[in-house]
Amino acid sequence: MTELLQIKAVTKRFGGLIAVNNVSFAVREREILSVIGPNGAGKSTLFKLISSFLSPSSGEVLFRGQRISGLAPHIVARKGVVRTFQETTIFKGMTVRDNVIIAHHLRSNATLAGFYLGTITARRDEAEFGRSADEIIDFLDLGAQRHEIASTLPHGHLRALGIAIGLATNPTVLLLDEPFAGMNHDETVRAVKMVRGVRKRGVTVLLVEHDMPAVMNISDRIVVLNFGVKIAEGTPKEIQENEKVIEAYLGAEDETIGF
Amino acid sequence: MKRTRNIFAVAVFLLVVLIGVPWLIEATGRLDLYYTLTSVALLSIASAGVWVTFYIGRINIGQGAFALMGGYVSAILVVQHGLSFWLTLPLAGLFCAAASVLIGLPILRLRGVYFAMVTLVLTEVARLLALALPITNGAKGMVSIPLPGGISIFGLTILPDFATLANPRPAFYLVSVVLMVLCFAGLYRLVHSRIGKLCQSLQQNEELASSIGVNIAYLRVIAYAISSFLGGLGGAMFVAISQSIYPSSFTVTDSVNFMLNCFLGGLSYVFGPMIGTFVLYFGWDFLFETGEFQLLIFSSVLIALMLFLPNGLLSLRLFGKKQG
Repeated sequence: MTELLQIKAVTKRFGGLIAVNNVSFAVREREILSVIGPNGAGKSTLFKLISSFLSPSSGEVLFRGQRISGLAPHIVARKGVVRTFQETTIFKGMTVRDNVIIAHHLRSNATLAGFYLGTITARRDEAEFGRSADEIIDFLDLGAQRHEIASTLPHGHLRALGIAIGLATNPTVLLLDEPFAGMNHDETVRAVKMVRGVRKRGVTVLLVEHDMPAVMNISDRIVVLNFGVKIAEGTPKEIQENEKVIEAYLGAEDETIGF
Repeated sequence: MKRTRNIFAVAVFLLVVLIGVPWLIEATGRLDLYYTLTSVALLSIASAGVWVTFYIGRINIGQGAFALMGGYVSAILVVQHGLSFWLTLPLAGLFCAAASVLIGLPILRLRGVYFAMVTLVLTEVARLLALALPITNGAKGMVSIPLPGGISIFGLTILPDFATLANPRPAFYLVSVVLMVLCFAGLYRLVHSRIGKLCQSLQQNEELASSIGVNIAYLRVIAYAISSFLGGLGGAMFVAISQSIYPSSFTVTDSVNFMLNCFLGGLSYVFGPMIGTFVLYFGWDFLFETGEFQLLIFSSVLIALMLFLPNGLLSLRLFGKKQG
C-alpha cells in the first residue's frame, strides 16, 4: 500500500501555545485512519493543517510526495484532499440537490465565461453534475430530502449532506471532522455504514473523532494525540492495549487532580 | 411555459417603457418626467452593481465612488481627448472595473461591517481625489461637456447627434432605458447561470466554498469588478445628460441610496434594484410637498418597510402567488 498523505514533523504554535508538536504519520491508500485524543489534544488544529486551512509553523504535509501545506485550501481541494465540516457548515439557503451540484464545481470542464454563455461544454457539465449529484444523494439515502432547503434538515441528514458535498468533489482523500459527534447509537451505526461506503468508492478516509466505540469499530489504524504530541499509532487492538493511551484517557493513578 | 411567460413579461415591459411612457408624457405634457425617469434608469444600473456585491455577501456603501470615477473618465476623454461619448461609455465602465480589482484585492478579504466601513470611506476618498487632482479641474468641476454625437454604421444612422435635436430629453430617456434593459438582462443571465450559484455559495459560506475548490478570492474580485463596471456606466451616462460633473456629483448620500435601493427592492431578486430605485426616487419626490417633514416621513416609511418587508418589495409578489 502506498502512502498517500505524509504528515512530517508538523508543529503549530499559537503565540506561546504549541497546539501540535512535531507530529508525523502517514495515511495509506484506501484505508480509514482516525485521529483521536482527549479534548484540547490538538486534533482540530491538525485537521486544519492537513486541509491547509492553517499553515504549519514548521514541518510539512505531503500529498503523493508533493508539498501541499501552505497552499490555498481551494488548490489543495483541487489536488484531491477535501475536508468536510461539522454539521452546521452547509449552504443553508439552497436545496439539498443544489448543495451537491455546486460541490461538483471542481469537475467542470467549462470556464466561468462558458457557463455564462451556455456553451455546449457548459451544458454537458450541468447535465453531468445533475446526474452525479442524484447518484450521490441516493447513495447516502438523502433521496427523500432532495428538494428540501438544507437548513430544514435534521442532524443525521445534515451530516450525510456534508459528506455528500465532500464526495461530489471526487476526492482522493476525504477528511471528516467528527462525523459521529452528537449522534445517538442508531445514528452512529448508520454513519459508520456511510463512512464504510465512502471507502468502498475508492476514497481514502481520515477522520478526527471523539466517539471511541465507533472509531474502534471503523478504523484500520488509529493515531492518538495528547497535548499536541503523538503518543501512539496502530491498529484498534494495539491502541486499546496501549498503556500511554489508557493513561491519557483515564489519567494515571499518581497524577494530581487539577493538572 | 415559464419561458413563454418570461418572454411575454419582457415584451410588455419594453412596450410600456419604450412606447407607452413617452406617449403618456407627450399626451399629458409632463416633459419633466423624462428627466426623472432617465435618472431612475441610470441610478438603477448603479444600484444593480451594489446588488451584485450583496449577492456575494458583502455590504457595499461605496458605489458613489465608482459612479463619480466613471463620470470623470468619460468627461475627461470627451473634453480633453475629443473621443466620442459612446466610446467613452464602455471605457468608463472598464476603467472602474480595473480600479475595483486593485481596490478589491485587499479589501474584499474583509467581511460584514468592516467591508461596509471601508467602502463608505471610498466615496469620500473619490470626492477628495476629484478635488485635488489637476486633471479633474478641482472644485470648479467640468462644465459644458458636449452632448453625445451620433452613431452610424455603414452610413446608417443608429443614433442621431444629440446636439442637433430640438429636445434631447426623449432621446436620453430612450437610450438610458435601453442601457438599463441590457444591464439587467446581462445580470439576469449571470444570476441564473452557474456563476450565480457560485456567488450564492460565497454568500452562504466562504469556508465551505473554498473547501469544495471554489477560488473565492478570484470570484469575489470578479463580482466586485462587475459591480463597479455598472457603477461607472451609470455615472458616465449621468454626466452626459447633465453635461457637467463636480466632485460632489456623487456623494456618500448617493452611495447609501444605491444600497437602500437594493434593500427596498429585495436582495434576492434581480429586478429588486430597479423597483427599489423607482419607488425610492418617486417616493422622495412625492414627499417634497411635506416640506420640513420630508426626511422624517421618508425615513420612517423606510424603517417600517424594512421591519415588515425584510425581503424587499418584490417579496410581496411571491406572497400573492402562494395564496393564489
